[in-house]
Amino acid sequence: MKNTNEMEIRFDSRSANEGFARVAVASFMTQLNPTVEEVADVKTAVSEAVTNAIIHGYGDENHKVCIRCRIEENVFQVEVCDSGKGIENIEEAMRPMYTTKPEQDRSGMGFAFMEAFMDSVEVESEPGKGTRVKMKKTVGKGREIWTTQSL
Amino acid sequence: MKYQVQENCLTIYLPREVDHHVAEEMKREADAVIDRNHIKYVIFDFEKTDFMDSSGIGVIMGRYKTISLIGGEVWAVHANERIRKILTLSGVTKIMQIYEEERA
Repeated sequence: MKNTNEMEIRFDSRSANEGFARVAVASFMTQLNPTVEEVADVKTAVSEAVTNAIIHGYGDENHKVCIRCRIEENVFQVEVCDSGKGIENIEEAMRPMYTTKPEQDRSGMGFAFMEAFMDSVEVESEPGKGTRVKMKKTVGKGREIWTTQSL
Repeated sequence: MKYQVQENCLTIYLPREVDHHVAEEMKREADAVIDRNHIKYVIFDFEKTDFMDSSGIGVIMGRYKTISLIGGEVWAVHANERIRKILTLSGVTKIMQIYEEERA
């Protein structure tokens, strides 16, 4: 049987919860024995997705954001879901520097960061229904397994 | 927001984590200080910072837009490897100088 583990959290779409969300995901991820760099990558990607859900999905109204994490062997998967207003044009939304809120000093780099720090990013969205961002990262790629070396 | 004003230069001491939550308040405060003190140079001090996402990039870009109108500059100091990576990846290094301190 494959080595799997899952967790799910649901929290209010308040900006104060952004820190909680990335720390919760990071601590669940530690069982994969990731490098500091890998944890930082996942934290950044989660932070971007959660921020998107809060400011774009719900437009600062208070609803629930859901995060689901799944570990399968050495692959870490995280899904960030909201039931907010959804994205009309996903391709446009994912383009670096594209932002619908330039007046709020949004950099338009959210999806670009998610793509840079994770192995894959999939976005499903339906206007009026919500958005689901699914990201995967293989942890411990190219790391030598020191326990197999003779000491 | 922790900051210091010396003549026309504003140094912002960034917190441990820079995300959308802290960015909102920081933008408001920084803009008020920039306006009140005729600031031309903004230094972002990353000494205490080990996490930043694209919200932080937005803060830098927004302040640059304001002060570049009067020929000002934005600088980064004490940025660790991770922060440098975020700054470089975002392309903000095109408008921002990174101060290279001597390394021991």
